[in-house]
Amino acid sequence: MAMTKDEVFVKVKEVLTTALAVDDDEVTPDAHLTTDLGAESIDFLDIIFQLEKSFGIKIPKNELMPDTNSPDLVQNGKLTPKGVAELKTRMPFLDLTGIEADPDVTKIKDAFTVDSLVNYVMTKLSA
Amino acid sequence: MRWIWIDKFEHFEVNVAARAIKNVSLAEEHLHDHIPGFPVMPASLMIEGMAQTAGILVGAARNFQEKVILAKIGRASFARLVRPGDQIVYAARIVNVSEQGAAIEGAITVRSSTAGAREELPVGSIDMMFSHIDNNLAGAKFPEFNFVFNSEFMNLFETYRRDLNVQLPAASAADDK
Repeated sequence: MAMTKDEVFVKVKEVLTTALAVDDDEVTPDAHLTTDLGAESIDFLDIIFQLEKSFGIKIPKNELMPDTNSPDLVQNGKLTPKGVAELKTRMPFLDLTGIEADPDVTKIKDAFTVDSLVNYVMTKLSA
Repeated sequence: MRWIWIDKFEHFEVNVAARAIKNVSLAEEHLHDHIPGFPVMPASLMIEGMAQTAGILVGAARNFQEKVILAKIGRASFARLVRPGDQIVYAARIVNVSEQGAAIEGAITVRSSTAGAREELPVGSIDMMFSHIDNNLAGAKFPEFNFVFNSEFMNLFETYRRDLNVQLPAASAADDK
């Protein structure tokens, strides 16, 4: 039986409290992983590994983040218009207004909220 | 003194697990400086010993082509002191390895003898993560030269693996060109 969004949220919350050493009540749907929960780039890999294990899904390289070695998508540390467009298509639940204003690749992770991760997992589970 | 915190590997299975040992000697300065008058092995240096054991294991999974950097210690707990004359055993197991990095579970035990009877007792456990920094998620650029697994390290690895048959993965097709 398919998991409900609430069930996914509970498991995502478990992953985030372990990976980021934050309290349960800090992990609200609209909390940002970096600015609110203190996630750094290596934490994203930790979260990816733990989500894969927890939900039995596979998260391929460059699915959450664009390939920084692809000159088509990233140039001089900034997303190209094509890179932004691709990210929008792949992750429609991310609020990318900040990225459109300043397409610095290191800022992409700031767009992730707990809810966007839940939505991402939901799409993976229904795929 | 050199920044070498393991003495040899006892077991090395590429992509799976490795076990290294370190003999603790009263001749080592850090034993005296940590708690004066009560020489014990500092836990921070046992984390380093595990990082060296696990870092080499993670490096071997990609034939030492990646620059492997300790990026996160998710959890570290210690329950027993390690004293001069003890032998530390670092057992590292790969939980996950991808193009971006690897997650490791480590267990530390100590072999010591009391009144002639030898025993191996649990010391602690550590979860750590390594980044393959050229493929990291921050998108930062690093020098081409592999400053982690340089020739000095490879010579050391030859010493480490002397008693073991370690089958490294074949170099990738890109490296053959």
